[in-house]
Amino acid sequence: MKILVPVKRVIDANIRVRVKADNTGVETANVKMAMNPFCEIAVEEALRLKEAGNAEEVIVVCVGPEKSAETIRTGLAMGADRGVHVATDERLEPLVIAKILKVVAEKEGTDLVILGKQSIDDDNNQTGQMLAAIMGRPLGSYISKIESSDGGFAITREIDAGLESLKITSPAVVTADLRLNEPRYASLPNIMKAKKKPIEVMSPEDLGVEVKNRTNVVRVDEPPAREAGIMVSSASELVDKLKNEAKVI
Amino acid sequence: MSVLVIAEHDNSQLFPSTLNTVAAASKINSEVDVLVAGSDCGDIAAQCAKIAGVGKVLCADAPTYANEITENTAALVKAHVSNYSHVLAPASTFGKALIPYTAALCDVQAISDISEVVSEDTFVRPIYAGNALQTVQSSDSVKMITVRTTAFELADAESGSAEVITVEDFGATDWVQFVDQNLSQSERPELTSAKVVVSGGRGMQNGDNFAMLEKLADNLGGAVGASRAAVDAGFVPNDYQVGQTGKVVAPDLYLAVGISGAIQHLAGMKDSKVIVAINNDEEAPIFQVSDYGWNEDLFVAVPALQAELESN
Ligand SMILES: Cc1cc2nc3c(=O)[nH]c(=O)nc-3n(C[C@H](O)[C@H](O)[C@H](O)COP(=O)(O)OP(=O)(O)OC[C@H]3O[C@@H](n4cnc5c(N)ncnc54)[C@H](O)[C@@H]3O)c2cc1C
Ligand SMILES: Nc1ncnc2c1ncn2[C@@H]1O[C@H](COP(=O)(O)O)[C@@H](O)[C@H]1O
Repeated sequence: MKILVPVKRVIDANIRVRVKADNTGVETANVKMAMNPFCEIAVEEALRLKEAGNAEEVIVVCVGPEKSAETIRTGLAMGADRGVHVATDERLEPLVIAKILKVVAEKEGTDLVILGKQSIDDDNNQTGQMLAAIMGRPLGSYISKIESSDGGFAITREIDAGLESLKITSPAVVTADLRLNEPRYASLPNIMKAKKKPIEVMSPEDLGVEVKNRTNVVRVDEPPAREAGIMVSSASELVDKLKNEAKVI
Repeated sequence: MSVLVIAEHDNSQLFPSTLNTVAAASKINSEVDVLVAGSDCGDIAAQCAKIAGVGKVLCADAPTYANEITENTAALVKAHVSNYSHVLAPASTFGKALIPYTAALCDVQAISDISEVVSEDTFVRPIYAGNALQTVQSSDSVKMITVRTTAFELADAESGSAEVITVEDFGATDWVQFVDQNLSQSERPELTSAKVVVSGGRGMQNGDNFAMLEKLADNLGGAVGASRAAVDAGFVPNDYQVGQTGKVVAPDLYLAVGISGAIQHLAGMKDSKVIVAINNDEEAPIFQVSDYGWNEDLFVAVPALQAELESN
């Protein structure tokens, strides 16, 4: 089995983002970047499937500007075998990314694509669902467990009401939720080894995908700020405030 | 052309998220239809027909739709899409899986988690865990959208009188086989629509201590939530998680107990009307967004609060 893991480069989850003064986006200059946390979980799961003898090869793919190569190296340092970098400086929507990923997945002949459930910058939560739809492959969204079973996969999904178990056929597309695993840190020797692993670079045009967005970002604004209120020091004071001042109980 | 809302339900109950989504749809166009896909879901369709502002209810009642298999519902929605300018569903795990999947089938770029309707083609949505608000305009001929339910009121559930039309079953995929569900059983109100939410974090130390919060929630008629740290530690099930990648809540009263206030947590609760924080670290960031902060050990504060509420 060959596993493809699409990974995205995003502003580090610990950074507090700031909206640009001209309202065109958020400040990205000199801001720490990292692999999207859900993509780390996806890479980890692919590696575990390989280590358990269920997969032969793990390929990480990133669509994005030159620096995306760093994110691919992170995946290689975790243990992925090789990388694919679809290089472009354009802003890309999930539908275009899904179209690019479809061509890569088909070219590579992958049996399983594991994506993150959500990118923490645009908070889209779309690409995996779109990829499954356009590839005509079963979708396992928000998974917290995956096992090979009867030539397909047995998965558990995190849904609003609890957990759901499904069986899906192979090849499949799944998206990783938080509880799927805890991603490993890359060890120093593995970071060194990753420098020698191959990354193939190509463009969306090479893959025959037209980069054409359907949405236009009109502006980006700072949300209304919430002010800190007052401190209380006893239960009676708190209950009194909630009853008589805030009137919520 | 009118707007199609996909109803969220479990075949026995219509979820309030459907009412919020109808309210959002009404801001786009006064003509709103609702699609109910389910099994033995006649009662749900009848309830949808009573929602104010709904013109027609399309009801697909078949075993195909007994469980929310994304592929099956998407094929059904796609079959009806040519009659609509917009398709809306709540930004729940149901809608968040269904809408992008259906959009891609129709070659449409979906728009996630809108919190405001600016015009027919322009919407506001939070990005970066709610640290920025993006205004986005769509040029697709059909707009497929998930709705942040807490940002819209509930449509009136009683004053409508729509007709119910039975629609065809579009067949089940054989790629996906439903096995079972392991749902959290609770007598408490549902987290995303509760008026009061009492949430616990890593400071709770273990699952047993959540009993204190359950008692508080029961006293206040509320639901119990949690931070990611509390879920990851196994104190409570996954469906309790409030935040950027969990549930978004905006109750009248949100009580955060032993929660530090990471941006990812704030993303799921900072639109609550009144926020109360109990934390023994006076530097905890949660105090910066709290209307009432109480810098106290939670094992002292929570029982004291419970006693005070009981004596009142
Ligand atoms: C990709 C990603 C997605 C995430 N999504 C979410 C999400 O959806 N929701 C979410 O909540 N988090 C999310 N997080 C995690 C988030 O960053 C924080 O790690 C998490 O919210 C911390 O939970 P906590 O406040 O319970 O724990 P901590 O940050 O450890 O805080 C515990 C608090 O309890 C207080 N405390 C301890 N003991 C006591 C006591 N006896 N009395 C009173 N107070 C006490 C401490 O002072 C501290 O402030 C996400 C993170 C990432 C990277
Ligand atoms: N530019 C990209 N390159 C590779 N994978 C991506 C890219 N954007 C999104 N993805 C994948 O899609 C997942 C969900 O992203 P999104 O739909 O943007 O929330 C991410 O976790 C990645 O696995």
